[in-house]
Amino acid sequence: MTSHAVVELHDVTKVYRRRTALRECTLMIPQGRVVALVGSNGAGKSTMLRIMAGLTAPSSGEVSVLGHTGPLDVASQLSRVGYLDQDRPLYRGFRVGEMLTAAARTNQHWNESLAKDYLAQLGIGLDQRVRHLSGGQNAQVALTLCLATEPELLILDEPAAALDPAARQDLLQLLMQQVSEGDVTVVLSTHALDDVVAICDYLVVVAHGRVVVADDLDFILQSHRLLRATMADEKWPDGAVVIEDRRGTRDGMVLLRLELPVTDEQWELEEPTLDEIVLAYMRRGATVDAQS
Amino acid sequence: MTIEPTIHFRLDLRSGIAPYRQLVEQVLRAVESGRLRGGDQLPSVRDVVGQVTINPNTVHRAYRELEHLGLVEGRSGLGTFVCEHVTAGDSLSELRAGLQRWIRDARDRGISDATLQAMWRDAIAAREASR
Repeated sequence: MTSHAVVELHDVTKVYRRRTALRECTLMIPQGRVVALVGSNGAGKSTMLRIMAGLTAPSSGEVSVLGHTGPLDVASQLSRVGYLDQDRPLYRGFRVGEMLTAAARTNQHWNESLAKDYLAQLGIGLDQRVRHLSGGQNAQVALTLCLATEPELLILDEPAAALDPAARQDLLQLLMQQVSEGDVTVVLSTHALDDVVAICDYLVVVAHGRVVVADDLDFILQSHRLLRATMADEKWPDGAVVIEDRRGTRDGMVLLRLELPVTDEQWELEEPTLDEIVLAYMRRGATVDAQS
Repeated sequence: MTIEPTIHFRLDLRSGIAPYRQLVEQVLRAVESGRLRGGDQLPSVRDVVGQVTINPNTVHRAYRELEHLGLVEGRSGLGTFVCEHVTAGDSLSELRAGLQRWIRDARDRGISDATLQAMWRDAIAAREASR
């Protein structure tokens, strides 16, 4: 696993007519990772993904994708980037096989046998009509088409949203299969933190248009601890940063980010779940924004 | 032809324990209980990805960790195997007896099972957190 950046955002701001979607976002996506982009609705996730995919230009700041800075050159760059948005567009009048033919014609790079293998694995027939597919199958076909173009960077906007558990499992497994086969970097947005724990190894949290966390997932889990504390407590372990203060007079907690592992037995530390960490950063992002 | 996997992994996504550590612990437990023996082949990363929905990098990481622990070895081109010298630990039965004594002792003092379990969880959390 090399660590050079597949996507770099530097000071990226995106302003729509009435609304600022992204504010001074700086971010580096390392190669070969499965990156989760997490945040509330309207936090700027979709805008960030569209900018990475070259579908939206930032209002200011610099974007570099696959070593290429500036607007994406359609011919050479776009074929290396796969993008699937929330609507999972397929032609409703087509059969699945006809979707494959259309995809083969419109994509510079196309792996037909991979597409057929995946569909067979999912139990979706080439003669099935798109309009008769279930929501889960629709998402699975859309992802299969995207995977068969064998992109170096795969950008998925809520790929598993609104799927039943079985369809979700099949879809994510398909995605992980592709990751285990080759050199692909995946950036996906999601609200399902369980999925993040299972399939992602890098986490980006966006709150109110800002990047509030971007790091290795295991590192994030290891470097955060909950400390039992009350209002009377004023001292934290050395080098600890308070992410969220929820102390009461009788009992309470402080979420800390630790520089070094704390070995001192005097601290009553507990391991937070990913939900607790992410929610703390999302709430914190909201307060930072209210102050500015 | 599919080969019966030597170990079935599962993930508890709510536990707050990093997935790679969950895999490591499951292999440790399988070795301790004798389900995995020296020379057994661990499923390939691809097979694990087919078994549980998990990031392949996480499986690699768990296998690397197990190699560091001296429990498994990667044989190039063949896969990952439990080291030949590894056998189910006798130390385990001793630990188990100690635990039984501790539980009897606690019961004698009128401590309920729920309190016992809470004590156990707190002690583990404190231990984990201080690592």
